[in-house]
Amino acid sequence: MKDILSELEERREQARMGGGQRRIDAQHKKGKLTARERIELLLDEGSFEEFDMFVAHRCTDFGMEAERPAGDGVVTGWGTINGRMVYVFSQDFTVFGGSLSETHAQKICKIMDMAMQNGAPVIGLNDSGGARIQEGVASLAGYAEVFQRNIMASGVVPQISVIMGPCAGGAVYSPAMTDFIFMVKDTSYMFVTGPDVVKTVTNEVVTAEELGGASTHTKKSSVADGAFENDVEALAEVRRLVDFLPLNNREKPPVRPFFDDPARVETSLDTLIPENPNTPYDMKELILKVADEGDFYEIQEDYAKNMITGFIRLEGSTVGVVANQPMVLAGCLDIDSSRKAARFVRFCDAFEIPILTLVDVPGFLPGTSQEYGGVIKHGAKLLFAYGEATVPKVTVITRKAYGGAYDVMASKHLRGDFNYAWPTAEIAVMGAKGATEILYRSELGEPEKIAARTKDYEDRFANPFVAAERGFIDEVIQPQSTRRRVARAFASLRNKQLSNPWKKHDNIPL
Amino acid sequence: MFEKILIANRGEIACRVIKTARKMGIKTVAVYSDADRQALHVKMADEAVHIGPAPANQSYIVIDKIMDAIRQTGAQAVHPGYGFLSENKLFAEALAKEGVAFIGPPAGAIEAMGDKITSKKIAQEAGVSTVPGYMGLIEDAEEAVKISNQIGYPVMIKASAGGGGKGMRIAWNDTEAREGFQSSKNEAANSFGDDRIFIEKFVTQPRHIEIQVLCDGHGNGIYLGERECSIQRRNQKVVEEAPSPFLDEATRKAMGEQAVALAKAVDYASAGTVEFIVDGEKNFYFLEMNTRLQVEHPVTELITGVDLVEQMIRVANGEKLSLTQEDVKLTGWAIENRLYAEDPYRNFLPSIGRLTTYRPPAETAAYTPGTAPGAAGDVVVRNDTGVYEGGEISMYYDPMIAKLCTWAPTRDAAIAAMRVALDSFEVEGIGHNLPFLSAVMDHPRFISGEMTTAFIAEEYPDGFEGVTLPEAELKKIAASAAAMYRVAEIRRTRVSGRMDNHERTVGTEWVVSLQGQSFPLSIAADPEGSTVTFEDGTRHRVASDWTPGKSLARIDLDGAPLVLKVNKITSGFRLRSRGADLKVHVRTPRQAELAALMPEKLPPDTSKMLLCPMPGLIVQVNVEVGDEVQEGQALCTVEAMKMENILRAEKKAVVSKINAGPGDSLAVDDVIMEFE
Repeated sequence: MKDILSELEERREQARMGGGQRRIDAQHKKGKLTARERIELLLDEGSFEEFDMFVAHRCTDFGMEAERPAGDGVVTGWGTINGRMVYVFSQDFTVFGGSLSETHAQKICKIMDMAMQNGAPVIGLNDSGGARIQEGVASLAGYAEVFQRNIMASGVVPQISVIMGPCAGGAVYSPAMTDFIFMVKDTSYMFVTGPDVVKTVTNEVVTAEELGGASTHTKKSSVADGAFENDVEALAEVRRLVDFLPLNNREKPPVRPFFDDPARVETSLDTLIPENPNTPYDMKELILKVADEGDFYEIQEDYAKNMITGFIRLEGSTVGVVANQPMVLAGCLDIDSSRKAARFVRFCDAFEIPILTLVDVPGFLPGTSQEYGGVIKHGAKLLFAYGEATVPKVTVITRKAYGGAYDVMASKHLRGDFNYAWPTAEIAVMGAKGATEILYRSELGEPEKIAARTKDYEDRFANPFVAAERGFIDEVIQPQSTRRRVARAFASLRNKQLSNPWKKHDNIPL
Repeated sequence: MFEKILIANRGEIACRVIKTARKMGIKTVAVYSDADRQALHVKMADEAVHIGPAPANQSYIVIDKIMDAIRQTGAQAVHPGYGFLSENKLFAEALAKEGVAFIGPPAGAIEAMGDKITSKKIAQEAGVSTVPGYMGLIEDAEEAVKISNQIGYPVMIKASAGGGGKGMRIAWNDTEAREGFQSSKNEAANSFGDDRIFIEKFVTQPRHIEIQVLCDGHGNGIYLGERECSIQRRNQKVVEEAPSPFLDEATRKAMGEQAVALAKAVDYASAGTVEFIVDGEKNFYFLEMNTRLQVEHPVTELITGVDLVEQMIRVANGEKLSLTQEDVKLTGWAIENRLYAEDPYRNFLPSIGRLTTYRPPAETAAYTPGTAPGAAGDVVVRNDTGVYEGGEISMYYDPMIAKLCTWAPTRDAAIAAMRVALDSFEVEGIGHNLPFLSAVMDHPRFISGEMTTAFIAEEYPDGFEGVTLPEAELKKIAASAAAMYRVAEIRRTRVSGRMDNHERTVGTEWVVSLQGQSFPLSIAADPEGSTVTFEDGTRHRVASDWTPGKSLARIDLDGAPLVLKVNKITSGFRLRSRGADLKVHVRTPRQAELAALMPEKLPPDTSKMLLCPMPGLIVQVNVEVGDEVQEGQALCTVEAMKMENILRAEKKAVVSKINAGPGDSLAVDDVIMEFE
């Protein structure tokens, strides 16, 4: 008996060593942690329960039968984050470069199936050279099995991908279909075809970092939702994100004790809006002053900065925030910001996270590049997402809400539950100057007349009261009491019930 | 008494005057420019009159506009504050013509003291000690030696037309005087085409010490002790205190009496200040007289209990001084720190923008200007300010936004109180000098009182780079951080949706890293606080009511106060205290072990980049890649707050990359261009 016990320990010890000390050292030298070290940092201390530690590949081609390491390049299992269950897989670069074999894929599929069944998030830590070439189509089939599960799990349990090394070729499509992708700066990259192929096909010379590094994907492509300095920071921040998310779509978002007065008054918000309507201000200040404890988890911080998306808590409970940022492009809607916000709104709606929308939008960005790029359909994505969302929706218009962009930004007409406006709000078809130039085209040659007309238009429409008279604005509120008003609004919506008509699925303009 | 006065000023001094007027039951009128519509002084006053565009030369210093405001509101007197029109003879005359009282000295006194040469002459005649020197023409080196001997070494040999140190020599003996005269003369001839030379006493170890005087229109005058203002940066006062740690009773009396004599010589009637330069042997020499209320007057008020603004108003109303010299008693010690909207890490560059956070330390509850010192307890905290949270710091006016004062029975206690007050002062949204002030309060030379006007130039020759704390202090902060982090982590484990019976337990062993050092420690928490034990056996007792999200942690550390400004970062906090700005990570031993494997990433070398100094729009880029630029050459123009700012090359360089073009909107620290 004793021998058997010690054999188990020996086998376990061997499996824990992955590709051996030499490769572990090499991994460390690159500034990367091993698959198991990462799991240690991701999960509560001592909470990890491993599956399939002894799984080995079945390939016999190209001499593969000679080396059959236990675990086959991926560590899988479940554990807890602050006591809440999550499933995790962590690819082991020290074993065949983390390459994905048929059995490697089966291990991932097993925990994904369990996550779906038991209602817990899946967190994938990606560090893989790609398909296990020796296995050929079996490896490709493995990828597709994972893809199918990503698709089925979408909207059922949150899926988070952390790219902590290479992730290239077909491998990118699994993270691509998860809810969030985070990358580690300098040590991770993602691309469909690598620099060598790019050189051969297009003659472009580009480094892996330029092609698919964290900076590229957080700033240019928007593939990634955030980037962190190193493995340790990335995993700590994923823990922080999980604290905001429900475990599955049958659950309400988590609530935790909070140390902030829901009725906190912020007098400084009364002066947030500058006197000149064209002067920008930082919408993040409003978000931070409304949020519990000033805690804001921003999603896609470096992309389409004219729109802010992320999570806060109100009375300890998660709320998704979508806000125009007047500091960038005057906070207008364009292709990038519409796509960014639409995806975020749909995530919130899928997981019962209420949405707070802060509006200061002068309209859609004009121009050929926008029209050629299809701003019509991209803008429609956000409109669609807000319109179909059945979660509690509270909107605060701080300043401009012009034209179609007013409609899009969670207006009353899109089933907004509470639509508040600050006294500084201007809800109109367009700015006064533009409106008078159209309405009084014949007087354009007479600047004094036009100025008077502009003044008239401003007096009539540059305020929230025209909309409030019609009930499109439920109440005009003091900026300083925004936190209290918004918190109470969401509190009143805790039992909101609203559903859309049955359909197989909708046809959002993708 | 006046029923209504107008304050021809803005900012903290306007607010300060309004406070006393209110106390005296006098109504107040504020004036404001476009930039000050929402300013605190406007909100505090009973009435407010708009006087024009933001630049002071189109509003606050336009006499006609102030006169209009007076007529419009029927104010019977005007307090000018400091700066602006406070020492403007024409303004005083204009008021006199309209029969409006000027809460300040007579126009004649302003004029007499307004000119350096005249004022020195009057001072000499009044028996006030002035810097010995010879103003006449000096023929040759031998005459220079003779004069130098008459004055007494060391002497300064200066070109009449000189400036910027050119044509200036210091001589300690005859030989140096002879050589210095020749070389100064040559240099002056070459540099200025004017070789006239004069010689005056060179004041060694100079201190700036000034006497507060108070006179009425009935020939009475008293002095209210001195203020030490030696801590200056480029002639801008930063820290003041009263009394001076340097003066003895005899010197104080001599200076005070001379100051009063000078004031009487010009028929002074109001509060005024006579500035002296004092050398290492306590010889003092007259510099100039300021015929107005000084910025740093609160320290005098704190040690004398006299409300100087009230006295000024009463004198202007024709009253006799109710105080005699015998009534003036100096009690305890007061220190003033000036909070400037200047970024100490960027060579004290003025910083403008929105005050997203502005929370001064609580003023001592019972304190109002003019209360008896110490009446409210052992420590008095006073903060004279003209701004509020959510207000805007504009570029049009003085960057000083508050004057933080502490009073205590002793100098050491006043300094200690100031440290805590500075640490408790929360200012965000703009760059400010709080860390620098904290550093000065902890500087051994300041603590010893051994400072001269060269203190900042000598102690911070390369500017200010933040404070590095000694290990003992780091441990106190580490212990506090660990205790706070534990509170935050325990809260995290209370989230809903956890697996029953399989909850996370938060441990007691932690590794805290800060300022490049790591401290393994263990925490034993009890209902009253935590005992933190370090590996070497050091123990600290930490008690605090801090909860997650609070931006200020008031900690009782082994019975002493420690105040930390707190921001959450990944796995820890950014903590600011005592002038240090620390990233503090709190990790379990295993997390710390793994974190140690992470490569240290050096921040990019920004010395070869042009960074955008403020959020703004690129209007123009003046150079191209490959251009060689000279020091001072314009590189590009950034428009921010409707003002165009020209960014110039700091040194000779070749442009290697340009990252932004006209029309690009940039955030602060975005890289505009790079150099080879």
